[in-house]
Amino acid sequence: MSLRTPLYQQHLDAGGRLVDFAGWQLPVHYGSQVDEHHAVRREAGVFDVSHMTLIEIEGDGASAWLRRLLSNDVARLVDGRALYSCLCAHDGGVIDDLIAYRIDDHHYRLIVNAATRRQDIEWLQQHLDDDVSMRVLEDTALLAVQGPQALERVTASLPGAVPGCDIPDIDPATLARFGFVSAGDVFVARTGYTGEDGVEIALPAAAAPGLWNALLAADVVPCGLGARDTLRLEAGLALYGNDLDLQHSPVESGLAWTVDLRDSARAFIGRDILERHKTTGGRFRQVALVLQGRGVMRQHQRIVLNGEDIGEVTSGGFSPTLQKSIALARVSRPVEHGCDVMIRDKPVAALPVPLPFVRNGAANL
Amino acid sequence: MEIPGDLRFAPSHEWVRVNDDGSLTIGISEHAQEQLGDLVFVETPEIDARCDAEDGVAVVESVKAASDIYAPVAGTIIDSNADLADSPELINSDPYGDGWIFKLMPDDADAVEALMGPEDYAQMIESDD
Repeated sequence: MSLRTPLYQQHLDAGGRLVDFAGWQLPVHYGSQVDEHHAVRREAGVFDVSHMTLIEIEGDGASAWLRRLLSNDVARLVDGRALYSCLCAHDGGVIDDLIAYRIDDHHYRLIVNAATRRQDIEWLQQHLDDDVSMRVLEDTALLAVQGPQALERVTASLPGAVPGCDIPDIDPATLARFGFVSAGDVFVARTGYTGEDGVEIALPAAAAPGLWNALLAADVVPCGLGARDTLRLEAGLALYGNDLDLQHSPVESGLAWTVDLRDSARAFIGRDILERHKTTGGRFRQVALVLQGRGVMRQHQRIVLNGEDIGEVTSGGFSPTLQKSIALARVSRPVEHGCDVMIRDKPVAALPVPLPFVRNGAANL
Repeated sequence: MEIPGDLRFAPSHEWVRVNDDGSLTIGISEHAQEQLGDLVFVETPEIDARCDAEDGVAVVESVKAASDIYAPVAGTIIDSNADLADSPELINSDPYGDGWIFKLMPDDADAVEALMGPEDYAQMIESDD
């Protein structure tokens, strides 16, 4: 099992070091992960995220159905706006995290993770209502163009690169964050996974190489999975499988803000337990850590407070922007005054900080 | 891919240079640093520590992962590269020079002969790819 995205050849041409990721051959970097990271913080980078799954949800019951399936509330959306949500099981565990785009009251698009594709589709199909249909989009590429210069460079590249594409407006003044526009088969959303401004562009597979080449010609730097991970970690954004899983609720994983309880009549899946976690706390809470001593925090390292094991690092690494090791951790007790992280059996001090670690390209410590 | 002709290599990608005083300087190969990606942290061994062949004595961490660095032969650590504390990227930019990691006085001067020569090492990494 090794799938290729429509940009496989472009990755080889750009010198990408390809690895297997959720069954897809994708570049981990094109030379230097750190250089790619800085390019996104300072100018603009492009990621091939075509491995992600796009699902069209259509029908008279689309809104009501999503209000039952998602722990965030799509009733808050107007046409052309998107929101981030968890898809939860009945016990509040997270099946996946996703973005739901409201095209209109009867039509939504979901973008879900590649690694969870099969479980997501099964879950959605099992819970489908009679007045809702779902369809997985095939032959579609997804590019994320991210960084302070991203919108400008996409505006300059897109019309020439995709024949017949007349996207109305990707001006930052009119396209709000989490807003999107579409024209024909091309869809541009002001969303991303880096903490920088930018867009994610869905388009027919056949048109993707042309857009990729035009972006590179406009000095947008090709970026791999490695930089994607360090950028999202600096931005404090969760990664499914690391920071989110079936064993913990969104509240226990730092995503209480995505559990929308405002409509008391909305009976969404997992509501009982999520409401309880949100009001009285779950078994765990998320904490963001900056390492004080030397070393690098990594996933699964234990967190120790006064000699007691209280949890583990869910995502850890080295922040190229801060030049320090940063991590997201799940702990059973508050650690306002710091804790120790067990790195190769030695305790190393870490301090809690508010998220994100990095905002608008600069340290937020 | 640079593989200097005067070095010996361990299967775990450390290179070994035999110095005039019989001590060994040890680092990781160009191929190894490329596989690891940008290095961000190096834990060098304690001077005077004793080690057996294949003991993990140092750790290099890249943006991606941590990797142990093994003593290629038994001996005593006599020096470690203090510059790596602030500049771990020296291993990326100059793996066979300024990116050296530690020096070791071998128990048995002939032990290095058991390590790979440059041609054998080149062949090994070719068959890995």
